[in-house]
Amino acid sequence: MKVTTLTINGELVSASPGTTLLEAARENGLDIPTLCAIEGLSTVGACRLCLVEIEGSSRLQPSCVTAAEEGMEVRTDSDRLQRYRRMALELFFAERNHVCPVCVANGHCELQDRARDVGMDHVRVPYRHPDLSVDITHERFGLDHNRCILCTRCVRACDELEGAHTWDLAGRGRNTHVITDLNEPWGEALSCTSCGKCVEACPTGAIFHKGSTVAEMEHRRDRIRFIAQARGKKEWTP
Amino acid sequence: MSAENKTITIDPVTRLEGHARITIHLDAGGAVEDARFHVTEFRGFEKFCEGRPLWEMPGITARICGICPVSHLLASAKAGDEVLAVSVPEAAANLRRLMNLGQIIQSHALSFFHLSAPDLLLGMDADPGTRNVFGLMAKEPDLARDGIRLRQFGQEVIEILGGKKIHPSWAVPGGVRVPLSEKGRDAIRERLPEARRISREALDLFRKIAERFAEEAAVLGDFSTLFLGLVAKDGGWEHYDGTIRVMDSEGIRVADGLDPRQYRSYIAEAVEDWSYLKFPYYRERGYPDGAYRVGPLARLNLCDHMPTPLAEEARQAFRATADGKAVTSSFYYHYARLVEILAAVEEVERLIDDEKTRSPRIRAEAGVNRSNGVGVSEAPRGTLFHDYEVDEHGLITRVNLIIATGQNNLAMNRTVLQAARHYIKGSAIPEGFLNRIEAGVRAFDPCLSCSTHALGQMPLQVTLYGPKGEKLDERTRD
Repeated sequence: MKVTTLTINGELVSASPGTTLLEAARENGLDIPTLCAIEGLSTVGACRLCLVEIEGSSRLQPSCVTAAEEGMEVRTDSDRLQRYRRMALELFFAERNHVCPVCVANGHCELQDRARDVGMDHVRVPYRHPDLSVDITHERFGLDHNRCILCTRCVRACDELEGAHTWDLAGRGRNTHVITDLNEPWGEALSCTSCGKCVEACPTGAIFHKGSTVAEMEHRRDRIRFIAQARGKKEWTP
Repeated sequence: MSAENKTITIDPVTRLEGHARITIHLDAGGAVEDARFHVTEFRGFEKFCEGRPLWEMPGITARICGICPVSHLLASAKAGDEVLAVSVPEAAANLRRLMNLGQIIQSHALSFFHLSAPDLLLGMDADPGTRNVFGLMAKEPDLARDGIRLRQFGQEVIEILGGKKIHPSWAVPGGVRVPLSEKGRDAIRERLPEARRISREALDLFRKIAERFAEEAAVLGDFSTLFLGLVAKDGGWEHYDGTIRVMDSEGIRVADGLDPRQYRSYIAEAVEDWSYLKFPYYRERGYPDGAYRVGPLARLNLCDHMPTPLAEEARQAFRATADGKAVTSSFYYHYARLVEILAAVEEVERLIDDEKTRSPRIRAEAGVNRSNGVGVSEAPRGTLFHDYEVDEHGLITRVNLIIATGQNNLAMNRTVLQAARHYIKGSAIPEGFLNRIEAGVRAFDPCLSCSTHALGQMPLQVTLYGPKGEKLDERTRD
């Protein structure tokens, strides 16, 4: 099998054909922060946390959707990238109402983890404080738009793994929001099989087990990789 | 100084939890015309909780206060129990009691040792620069250390149960999240003897120094009001459950066995445009005659007995000071608080070894079975009501909170007026007299917000205003 050879942060690494820069980096023990990407689902390049610098290109590229190519010279952790990542995270926090101390996912939240990783101690842009709703019409699950970062993991988990495609996006720009079925209350979404994959995939407290109290919601995000692997490769390794 | 009407402002009032201001209005002759205790902060919890899922309410409302988060946590979880229409498992009820006891110990210890002991032991007229917990450490290091240790014990009980000292989100609708571990039980048991010693010594100390403060006891809020609070089914001291009892200053029961969930039928609330704090009153007696006091003083007046031997002995001695009537001086809130610390320490000891506490069944699961729920418990400062309405799925549609400090609002205002009338005569106002007026408020240990301000370090600003609002004089204490 032909192997792609490239340089990441000055080190020569090899990658199997068809892998993305993110996969290549992780295969070689280098981590790049992500939020919308989750192992087991397709990648969409929505969160922009995994941006990297590629020699010869002035634009930053999202590593989760950029193919690793022969001879590429990639940097994953420059000052510029750190600045961009921190700004992207600050914008996430300012966009909706993320109140960590009273969130069901406090302590188990990827948005919170990433903010901590970059040392985000305050937000430099004004908070938007949008007036958003909470949908707990479903018998077992709840959706809080205040905490959604529009990563679309729920949309992809439901579509690619469960095949129900209950979730989708509606609206444009800052009015974009996730919906169930044709923008109906989740409890009335006929396509929903109540499998709970969207709950496990969610990086924040946006989708949660109904009845969760503060800091109690622990997503089992590794289940997404497990199911994808079991389905695709017939391998049931935990 | 002119001989016209004047206003004296004490802003901020120091060594209490939150932000407040006292204004004293003088007439042309320099006599006190009126005095008011203003609470100057606005929180808005009742509004912004609307739309949140019921299950998040204990965690959200615990954030109302950094001193007594457990009180809100428990009242909120109990309101949640009502909405789910479940009775919580016995172990959960015991564990919630245990945490509330930890809360009573730490909050009362803070009030007595950190906030009021500087007045009581260093003197009301002591230099304001050292009349604080640091001055206390310098002059009475053992006592200060004991106070800190006792508060720490209460905080540790909370942490052992809830995972953290402040704002644990451990009590939930239906019960609690985590049981008490063997290790936790041992850790609590190990510290009990010291806690018992400190609480007994503090009580002895107060009895000894009380004589020195006869004048303060007579003018810092000694008047007739009703007293209101929870009592146990057998009439005993209660802090978590039970029914409401109301008593007058003569010690005569005005009402007994009232269902706490029906509080609206006997408690009404008035609003004044000069304070963000509402003025609850006992409905039957009207406003402001229906003024009642809650908290340690009320609880000890109301109950027939304490659940534990040492505390019962202490309660009898406390009540004996009033010859069978209710103890009416607000200055004796301090005394009552110390009796309650002792009771709480003894109760912790009983509960950790109670077989029921050890059961692994700690949480009842249920959906939304009622559209409203009222949760009531005794916070360190008095009876606390959380009243929620929810939609069919459990989203909050209306919140009403009646907090202990609010219920003491009328009494605190009367205390300020009584103290001001006694101490302020003419234009010369010694600093120690203003401190006594503040001390009158401190006796209630009012908790005005979640903000635990720089204790004992905030400057006191006194401003004299003329009748047209012009500033006549200003003095600042650093």
